[in-house]
Amino acid sequence: MTTASPEAMAPGPAAAGASASRSPSSLFWSRLRRKRLAMLSLVVIAVIYGGGILAPVLAPYSFTEQNLDRGLEGPSREHWLGTDRLGRDMYSRTLYSARTTLVVSVAVLVSGSLLIGNGLGLLAGYRGGWVDNLIMRAGEVLSALPGLPMLILVNAALGPRIIQFGGWVEQHTPFGGIAGPFSSYLTVFGVLSLFFWVGTARLVRAQVLQLREREFVLAAQALGGGTIHILWQHLLPNVAFLVVLQLSATLGSVAGSEVALTWFGVGVQPPTPSFGAMIFEGSGARTFAQHPHLLLVPGLCVSALLFAFALLGDAINDVIRGR
Amino acid sequence: MTGYVVRRLMWMPVVLFIVSFLTFAIARFGPGDPVAVAAGQIRDQEVLQRIREERGLDGPMVQQYLRWVNRAVRGDFGESFIQRGYSVRELLVPKMWISAQLNILSIVIVFAVGIPLGLMSAWFQGRWLDPFIISALLFLSSIPVLVVLPPLQWLLAIQFNLLPVGGWDGLFAIWWIGDVVAIPIPDPHLYLPLLVLTVPGFAGVARLVRVTALQVSTEDYVRTARSKGLPESAVALRHVLPNSLLPLVTVVGLSLADILSGAYFVETLLGIPGIGSFTFESVRSRDYDVILATTLIVGMFFIVMNLITDLAYARIDPRIRLGTGART
Repeated sequence: MTTASPEAMAPGPAAAGASASRSPSSLFWSRLRRKRLAMLSLVVIAVIYGGGILAPVLAPYSFTEQNLDRGLEGPSREHWLGTDRLGRDMYSRTLYSARTTLVVSVAVLVSGSLLIGNGLGLLAGYRGGWVDNLIMRAGEVLSALPGLPMLILVNAALGPRIIQFGGWVEQHTPFGGIAGPFSSYLTVFGVLSLFFWVGTARLVRAQVLQLREREFVLAAQALGGGTIHILWQHLLPNVAFLVVLQLSATLGSVAGSEVALTWFGVGVQPPTPSFGAMIFEGSGARTFAQHPHLLLVPGLCVSALLFAFALLGDAINDVIRGR
Repeated sequence: MTGYVVRRLMWMPVVLFIVSFLTFAIARFGPGDPVAVAAGQIRDQEVLQRIREERGLDGPMVQQYLRWVNRAVRGDFGESFIQRGYSVRELLVPKMWISAQLNILSIVIVFAVGIPLGLMSAWFQGRWLDPFIISALLFLSSIPVLVVLPPLQWLLAIQFNLLPVGGWDGLFAIWWIGDVVAIPIPDPHLYLPLLVLTVPGFAGVARLVRVTALQVSTEDYVRTARSKGLPESAVALRHVLPNSLLPLVTVVGLSLADILSGAYFVETLLGIPGIGSFTFESVRSRDYDVILATTLIVGMFFIVMNLITDLAYARIDPRIRLGTGART
């Protein structure tokens, strides 16, 4: 794979003048804005994530409110997207599911991809030697493990402990109000982060291997800069574009993994609503024949989100690589 | 080169050791005692202890693990906890074979369809067809299998009765014409799983082929071929096409590395008795020895295929040197 250098984003001498004073990020935005499909995807992502953020305001019902007399109804004026088996409002549950997806994917992105992936990738590339070997071999071990069954096993092993811990925090510390609701997401996000750092680390390392031979690193070393200073001040800004490249791929695949894990029963635990749980309720050919809305509502939301991320990723790729 | 291969091969047992120990440790930390499951209704401590000793599950964990390794390196993966009387090997081999058949077929289809689509897209660059092909393929790859399968099953099997809802009946079915002529056709049970396994894969292959084809067509050697008067078709077939397929070697290798691990959701939802649905069952019922054996075999196959892929790539593309300088 060819890796574009970040300088490709900066205006060249020929383009100087109009864009001479613009920062790379503003240039990035103005180029991305010209891509219509990318803008459309951003709108779709904003709507779904926005629905998740504003769920407590927008949802007409609580996501746990049951009405067994009115289960499995199709869309109506009272329940815009119908009701599920227990008579819970599908529209409200969809909004809260979007919230779950948002929390889990952003958490995995920040911890797995940004912190661990970047940190280890920078360190491996810059230090080389045994540090590099150790980190890359660990990545190799993780990729040799069969992904989904491992996620399920780790989740089954650690899940109850983490939920217990969440319960303990809720009862014994003043942070209960914050930690309590999050312990349900914690297992999924912890387990996913464990596997999601490898891709980012490999990309970042490859880039750093090229960068560390460059003059500005040499200059920083000659001036007596320590490892942390060089990594943070000199190398990190130069690999930032890789993170942007990975952004939509990571967010999309985390959303997909949440569905897979929860469908299997080891992801987000009830009563916290999630797309995986909703899809599970609606799956099965017979169920679909009788109550198609059970599957279609969450299914279309997830598909739209994944499609938007795929298109956006494509556009970002084009912009960064200067096409 | 030889040194590189030897180093990679020496590293393999280490990775497998770590992989199996991790699986072993995680499985032991999980909830649910396999011995209690195996004993069923019996809660007699003496019986439980006897089962533990028989299965080598007594003593400290490291000792248990070493006992397991000792048997595993000789190809003995023990007896299934759930399906009593069957050895793990007996259970795994036929299921892996089914998954491998299904996966190899779908890899062939993915590349047979994806490559032409990618080349077509590159050929029509700058016109509406190019972004249309790529976006349509991306759309098809964005729908999770879990979402698309029930509607397809309903439509094709229940509503129009064209295909069986699920199951597995080998690769070929015989189509009789008047009880005299027998024509082997692909078994109808295959169509639905192959459809959902292949369609999401088209996007990745097509996109990669498209990008490389566009990149290759600006290379100097393509310009040289044109300037020496070769017809456009010869340039495309002799120079652009073979070079556009180079990066696919890695993709083929990576997908081949996965053929033993099975398609978890497709197999489970369609009732195909492959390794994917079996892994799910064994994880669910905590059939430890089956889980351990599966992880080890899949991991080993993955590492070997990765090595072969790297070597094949170096063979095909002489610009790549393995094991020298910063490249490891």
